[in-house]
Amino acid sequence: MSVPSKVVVQVKDLHKRYGDVHALRGLNLDVYAGEIVGFLGPNGAGKTTAIKILSGFLAADSGSASICGFDSETQGLEVKQVLGYLPENNPLYSDMRVVDALNFIGAAHKLSGAKLKDAIERVVEQTQLHQVYWRPLGHCSKGFRQRVGLAQALLNDPQVLLLDEPTNGLDPLQVVEMRKLITSLGAEKTVIITSHVLPEIEAVADRVVVMNHGSKVMDTDIASLASEQLIAVELHCSVDAFKAICSQAEAHIEEMIVANDSNCQAMIKANGNASELVSRLAEAAVANKVQVANLSPQGHSLEHEFRKICQNDGGQA
Amino acid sequence: MRSLVIARREFFAYFESPIGYVVVALFSALAAALFFLVGDVFFSYNQASMRHFFSNMPMLVAMIAPAIAMRSWAEEIRSGTVERLMTLPFSLGQLVVGKFLGVWAVFAVALLCTLLAPISVAMLGDLDWGPVVAAYVGTLFLAGAGLAICCFLSALTSNQIVAWMVGACTLLVFNLVHLLASAVFIPRWLAEISLNIDMSQHFHALARGVIDVPSLGFYVAVMIISLVANTLILSLRRHS
Repeated sequence: MSVPSKVVVQVKDLHKRYGDVHALRGLNLDVYAGEIVGFLGPNGAGKTTAIKILSGFLAADSGSASICGFDSETQGLEVKQVLGYLPENNPLYSDMRVVDALNFIGAAHKLSGAKLKDAIERVVEQTQLHQVYWRPLGHCSKGFRQRVGLAQALLNDPQVLLLDEPTNGLDPLQVVEMRKLITSLGAEKTVIITSHVLPEIEAVADRVVVMNHGSKVMDTDIASLASEQLIAVELHCSVDAFKAICSQAEAHIEEMIVANDSNCQAMIKANGNASELVSRLAEAAVANKVQVANLSPQGHSLEHEFRKICQNDGGQA
Repeated sequence: MRSLVIARREFFAYFESPIGYVVVALFSALAAALFFLVGDVFFSYNQASMRHFFSNMPMLVAMIAPAIAMRSWAEEIRSGTVERLMTLPFSLGQLVVGKFLGVWAVFAVALLCTLLAPISVAMLGDLDWGPVVAAYVGTLFLAGAGLAICCFLSALTSNQIVAWMVGACTLLVFNLVHLLASAVFIPRWLAEISLNIDMSQHFHALARGVIDVPSLGFYVAVMIISLVANTLILSLRRHS
């Protein structure tokens, strides 16, 4: 990952309503050059709406979005020239052959002659489309169609790539291939990718923005998440005894779930080695003669937060 | 001209499926059948004239223009490719004009196929080609107006059949609205309006081969108003 320097995507207080539904509620975001940012959230969280506004397909009700310094509303044409966009469900002209679709999108980006030929050769190589180059899009598999969508998004060699659910509907092998491709693209471009699947974002992104009900609820680096493990603890003791044990084990209580005179359940955040903290908690419990009902690592805090969001929304992820 | 990129895609898309060929064949066959066979007008006049051929054009265009334009936006909206299109570096105006030019070119091909009729007449007698060419130009403008209206209507729906039906009904109204003028209960000002906005009334002089500039201006105005309305609809879609 390159060192973040310049802000290339800036979103300020973005609002969007669909009738009574408030799809975006004041989204603020800065994305730096060279970052791969993952928008994560359950269905209906506002990820796709944010991407559609950034791409210029939708207009925001209020607020602003700019890409490479161009305002997406007042400088739409300039934005579209520096942007590559793969929409959700990847709509394509099924009647066209792959070569014709690439030629059309290239011409739309004012490419012609040798420049167009070079651009097509480059994206065909990047997305490995040789096999289906002359094939009608309607006869291509889902995986190849997705690659064609990505190739179209890359034809103008964009500075910023917006990928809305790029692995949707792909089989596991195709998902792995697509992730590799996105990661390699991230070496030279700023990428914003949306997904409602956590491992998807973890696999490709440098940074994750968790959204829910149109708002940003978390914005953190993937690298820092590894050091933020959560441990579920259930001890048969009073609250005071529980706190004393945590204090002895130098554990920070992230969230108390159940707390009464005979049973305490809590989430403990481990800023470092989680298994060491589990050992310290176990030793402290034994020393205080408290029965341990549960003491298990739960993954990192993002996973916990995301699971909570999804459970509150009916558990879709 | 940036719109030509869209126009080229639109034009060739019609001929990727049978619909383009069916529309072209149907239009030429109907035009020829109405001219040579229906009512025996051509042979009973015993004149090498194409006047009767062009007098059928307003109704033929009212049937064919919605069939050509119905998919222009409705299919893009249904399949979701409108999102791809609207995120390419084109202004909404360029997209609308490009789509329109594409369907207009499809109609032009259909119209070219009817050239067999005047060629046949020229073989039977001494045909004056001047009025024929003028009437062909007039037909292109008449169809341009009809196609622009139908493209606008196509942008209102994601269903091609609905777009075709609404388009055909709208063009029928614009071709029959002059009948209001003969109704006794209609005030004079309304009768005048009905005559002035009727597409077939503006075609009378053109069908005779007269380049009637006010009538051509009327068709151009209809095209501009429809294309602006089409652009507004797309803009509203962005804000919906």
